[in-house]
Formats: sequence, structure tokens, C-alpha cells
Amino acid sequence: MRLPCPICGERDRREFYYQGHATLLDRPAADADAGAWDDYVHNRDNPAGETRDLWHHEAGCGAWIVVTRNTVTHEVLGAVLAEKAKS
Amino acid sequence: MGYSGFKVIKEGLFGQKGWKPVWRNPDPKPEYDVIIIGGGGHGLSTAYYLAKEYGITNVAVLEKGYLGGGNVGRNTTIVRANYGLPGNSEFYSHSLKLWEGMEQDLNYNTMMSQRGVLNLFHSDGQRDAFARRGNTMRNQGDDAELLTPEQVRVEAPMIDFDNVRFPIYGGLMHRRGGTARHDAVAWGYARGADQRGVDLIQNCEVTGIDIEGGVVRGVQTSRGAIRAKKVAIVVAGRSSQVAGMAGMRLPIESHVLQAFVSEGLKPIMPGVISFGMGHFYISQSDKGGLVFGGDLDFYASYAARGNLPMKEHVMDAAMTLMPSIGKARVLRSWGGIMDMSSDGSPIIDKTQTEGLFLNCGWCYGGFKAVPGSGFSYAHLIAKGEHHAPAARFRLDRFRTGTGLMDEEGTGSQHNLH
Repeated sequence: MRLPCPICGERDRREFYYQGHATLLDRPAADADAGAWDDYVHNRDNPAGETRDLWHHEAGCGAWIVVTRNTVTHEVLGAVLAEKAKS
Repeated sequence: MGYSGFKVIKEGLFGQKGWKPVWRNPDPKPEYDVIIIGGGGHGLSTAYYLAKEYGITNVAVLEKGYLGGGNVGRNTTIVRANYGLPGNSEFYSHSLKLWEGMEQDLNYNTMMSQRGVLNLFHSDGQRDAFARRGNTMRNQGDDAELLTPEQVRVEAPMIDFDNVRFPIYGGLMHRRGGTARHDAVAWGYARGADQRGVDLIQNCEVTGIDIEGGVVRGVQTSRGAIRAKKVAIVVAGRSSQVAGMAGMRLPIESHVLQAFVSEGLKPIMPGVISFGMGHFYISQSDKGGLVFGGDLDFYASYAARGNLPMKEHVMDAAMTLMPSIGKARVLRSWGGIMDMSSDGSPIIDKTQTEGLFLNCGWCYGGFKAVPGSGFSYAHLIAKGEHHAPAARFRLDRFRTGTGLMDEEGTGSQHNLH
């Protein structure tokens, strides 16, 4: 699998560290209740199909990126920098 | 139909014409006491123990494909009880005892072979950790022996003892562990459940779960609606989708785990051996194929096939541990979809919906749990209370943080198991 890093272009999967679903970008407020934190840390939609997840280009430019891809076909549909995905 | 050596000889003399299908292929009835969603190892053993131990026989197992067509037919067949944490330790201990009596109980040859599981260690620190684990196993009442390098050499002469980077400091031997014929386990439980009156319904995909006023009423399927007093989900690999039909969002991410098998070779390996540096384990099947595997592909996937980087990693580890394996040719590789829970341990629990039960999150360790999981799940379904060996497999541990079972000590986070 190759991931399209917005800075470096298409790079081998081995250069990236997988963090998890992009829901990790929506961090609850510090005083949010236990349910919100449970959802953030543990619970996942875990889709069979299109998903958005967070990768770190650790052996490349060091950017955090959000990749849109299909979990059934492994088709990679695109990627954006995480700092831009968040807004 | 019972099986015996006499029957095998008799059929051999008369052209093998006396064998009959060992389970019925019934149409679904309009209503059951219990519907089990998922006809894999865990679902079939749940049905069997519901009927045998708890006398509940008005049960249907609904399977969207064919019986045993999921992970119970895609694993590396290893059975063991060498867990360290309370919660896991007593559960796998119970499960191993059920494995030991399974063939007599089912009158079915599951080829359960207690050929030993040997975990190697390669440093003083690892030796300490395995000594502690071995003590935990013995305190649980199971077996464990700490072997010196010389003793390991007797058990596993084919591995590389002179590797400069990863010398063999010894191993933790668990002699009651071993391997079993994975398909036969599913078939044995299917036959046993069918004989006790359970309807095994294949090609029947659940498309919805009917809930009225917080109480489960039945399911919608590709073969029509079926009512039920209780519905039990046990669909590892698709847990998030099926639980989603009941409005639940689970602490599960699906990942692919690969396995590999070589061409058939003469016996070289007596039991199961795991490498302590890099995730790698290997055994030899009765047909002679070396069966081995490593770690997850490490990103969410439902593709049931693996990626190349992990293949390389597994082959690297194999060559490091056992350079002679380089002469063997890999016959095939495959991948299964793992229910990865965020703390790496499973869930057997009730849900917020009355009458709806959940069994999932077996990560990459579901095969050895097949009898124990079915027994404990059947107990929960029948009695409405947790079975002692599985009492800590609670869903709410993630929310409360109490009772998390993080066997690897890495944290309760999805990408760490």
C-alpha cells in the first residue's frame, strides 16, 4: 500500500506509523464526562468500507496526515494534512 | 451417529457408503428461545453448551455463510493457557480443561494434540518476566517449566542457538498446550448441537435486530424475520456492524492477522515455538506443513488478506530464529479479520438492551478460547449472570477504567495491541 503524503507525494506504507481513526482529532474538552472520553479513547465506528484515519509520516517529512481509504478493498482515496483536516 | 474404530473399519469394508450428513439443514422456525448470530467456533460451542449444560434446545444458530467459514478455519490452531493477568488466567485455564475433555465429550476427533508450547527468551529481563508468568500459571493450577538453554536444545534442536544478536537464554515450556484441528472443532460442536436439537441455519444473514422498548424481540434476516426471547451476538470480525444494528458502538477496531504454511516436510518440530524477539511463532501440522505467523498488519482493515511488509517481517523473524527454514517453500498465506479491543482482551457481557448479549473482542487469540467462550457465554445467556471464569470480560471496563486487562502492559489504546 502507498499513501499520498501531501508534502512528499506517494510513499510506501513502511514509512508511516498508524495511529487510528481520525476521530482522534476531535479531542473532548478536559471537563467532558466519562462517556465522551470513553467514545474518544475506545469506541469506534470501525467501518467496513470508507474510513478516515490518522497516520504519521515518521520516516519521511514527519507530518501527521488524514488518509481516506477503503478498509475492504484497500483503495486509497486521498490524504490531507491533519492540521487542515481538523478545521 | 456415533463414531468408533469399529465403524471406520466396517465402512472401509463396505465402500464408505454408510456415512451420512452429520447435521440437518433446517429452515428457520418463526420463533426460538435463543438466537445465536454467528456460526463460527464460538457460536457453535455456545449452542452446544446451551443445550448440553443448560437444557436450552429451542435455539437457532444463524450463519451468513457456511459453518466454520470464518476465523475458526483461518487460524494457526494453537491451544494454550499461559496468560498472566487475573481475568484472563482463570478463563484460559478453564478453556484448556474443556479442550482436554473435548474429544470424549463430542465423540469427535478434533486432533487435540498436547505437544507443548515453548516461549523462548533472549535476555535476563525476559527470563524474569517469563519466570513470573510461569509462577502465575502454576498458581492458577496449570503447568509451566522454566527451561535452561541446554534443556531448550533438547526440545528444539533446530533453532539457532548461536545468534549473536538474539541468543537463547532459555524458554518457558507449557506442556499441556498444543494444537488442534481447527475445522474439526467447529464441526464437532456443530454436530453435538444439532444432535441436541439446535437448528443450524446457514446462508442466513442477519440484517437487523428488532428491539421494542429496550427489549430484544428477534432479528430480521435474509430469510425473513425470526422472533426470539434472547439474541446472542458472537460474530468476531463483524462485531461492529452487527452490534451497530442494536445501536451500539464498540471499543473494537478490525485488523488483519496473517498466517503462513510451508509445503509438507518430514517432522522437524515437536511442538509450538515462539520467538521472544520480534513477534513470531511456529508449529508443524500433522500433514508436515510448517504453520507460522507474526503480528497484525497494524491498520484497520476488513480485507482478509495481508500486506507485504508484514510478510517480510515474519520471514525475517523465521530466518533469524531458524535459518534452516530458508530451504522450505511457502505454500500459501492468508489473513483473518481480528476484533481488536482496545485493551487486548475479550468481552462476554449483557448489553443495555434486555435479552441481547455480546461476545466479541477476541483479538488474535480466539481459537484457544472456543470451548471456554461458548461455555461461559451459554451460562450468561441461560442464567443471566456471569460465569465465574469469564466474570471479568465486562464491556463497561473501558468506560470506568476498572478491570482493564492489558496483558501486554502497553496501555488501553487501539494501536498498541
